[in-house]
Amino acid sequence: MSTFWAPGTDAPPAEAPDYPMPRAAGCPFDPPPALQTVQGQTPISRVRLWDGGTPWLVTRYEDVRALLADPRISAESTHPHYPHMSPAMKERRRQSWTFINMDDPEHARLRRMVTAAFSIKRVDALRPAIQKIVDGLIDAMLAGPKPVDLVQAFALPVPSLVICELLGVPYADHDFFQANSRVLIKRTTSADQARVATQQLLDYLDRLIGDKLAHPADDLLSTLTERISARELSRSEAADMGMLLLIAGHETTANMIALGTLALLQHPAQLTRLRESDDPKVVASAVEELLRYLSIVHSGRRRVALEDIEVGGVTIRAGEGVVLANDVANRDPDAFPAPDQLDVDRNPRHHVAFGFGVHQCLGQPLARVELQVVYSTLYRRIPTLRLAVDLDEIPFKHDGNVYGVYELPVTW
Amino acid sequence: MKVIVDQSKCVAAGQCVLSAPDVFDQREEDGIVVLLAENPPEHLVEDVRQAVVLCPAQAIWLEEQAKEEKQEDKE
Repeated sequence: MSTFWAPGTDAPPAEAPDYPMPRAAGCPFDPPPALQTVQGQTPISRVRLWDGGTPWLVTRYEDVRALLADPRISAESTHPHYPHMSPAMKERRRQSWTFINMDDPEHARLRRMVTAAFSIKRVDALRPAIQKIVDGLIDAMLAGPKPVDLVQAFALPVPSLVICELLGVPYADHDFFQANSRVLIKRTTSADQARVATQQLLDYLDRLIGDKLAHPADDLLSTLTERISARELSRSEAADMGMLLLIAGHETTANMIALGTLALLQHPAQLTRLRESDDPKVVASAVEELLRYLSIVHSGRRRVALEDIEVGGVTIRAGEGVVLANDVANRDPDAFPAPDQLDVDRNPRHHVAFGFGVHQCLGQPLARVELQVVYSTLYRRIPTLRLAVDLDEIPFKHDGNVYGVYELPVTW
Repeated sequence: MKVIVDQSKCVAAGQCVLSAPDVFDQREEDGIVVLLAENPPEHLVEDVRQAVVLCPAQAIWLEEQAKEEKQEDKE
């Protein structure tokens, strides 16, 4: 791994290593070793993406955090050198452009249309409903056959039920939207496949928005229809936003539930500490630590420089792409002592698992409450929960823009 | 210590409310920050400092920082 292009060398970008880099066999929770090597050796270097582009890679915590908050950095995916994650994500962004890929002031105008539903108080008020969902799914698992796939029986249904309720999407359609979401998140999905999946989801959201325009309800899609009626939002923009919230609302949290459970099962002392504590602060800390340690959004935050920006003695030129590797930044020893250790008492609230800057995750309060309820309930109600297969039989989402497991066979 | 918030910069991530719920709240209509206590008591100072650090939009300052910013603007 000594071939990456670093400041002070004249090696052409042709020698830039491929990104994303592979994780090591047998270390499913750790970032790719090559990425950690880069982080130790240089603050900034070039990498090569799937489309041949060679953006800058930034890996250290302080730099990642500073650049994510830097107004000279743009999230606009329409820029010619925007470093897209995959053919599918490029196609999805082209077809369905939302505020996560816009800069202020348009970003702020659109984001603020949906922020009320994710305020701390509003989300905290959902806690009893989330607890009920979690308890009901555990009841069903305990009453059913074992072993069971925790992803299908629990990890996917919890956030899907919650986001459906919040948005006003019928949960009965979960197979449809989960399947299309799965297509869009895979790095191996072609642009054509992504076009079809995106269009199906947009058509679906548009139908729901049509229903809500005729029959408004107490949900977030109906809130968006009020904006349509007030001519502050077009119907297609509302569908774009609905699709974004539906995908983001279930996919990421589901991966945190399943992968988090697997990580805890592999760290029994940490699991015991979490299970035997009655202190909500320990649960909250464990959630932050698992967010940091697992950093499931493991493909870097993608940006473009609007002006020349100096980082670690190198000038990122205006117009160049930048990949901000928040996953390995969360393992930076300068920001987190003994970073590769899972420590549920660490409470590392300054992690960048949700990003940083104006685009920091909109749904983070909801994700936190969902994970707090799950992590404080599942292992107490099923204290003998264990893997039903060996660790090396678990299929990990190495080909996903979001990391996790495809299946998690468990028994008790 | 005086706390200053900039509602125009706020992105309603809620980090400040989680850090110091007696000092920060969010507007009902859009989750934008509301300052409950401009001069918070001593025992909340550390929590407020955490809110300053964690705010992703850098929309919260303490008074001494605000003064520094003003000076920079003049230069």
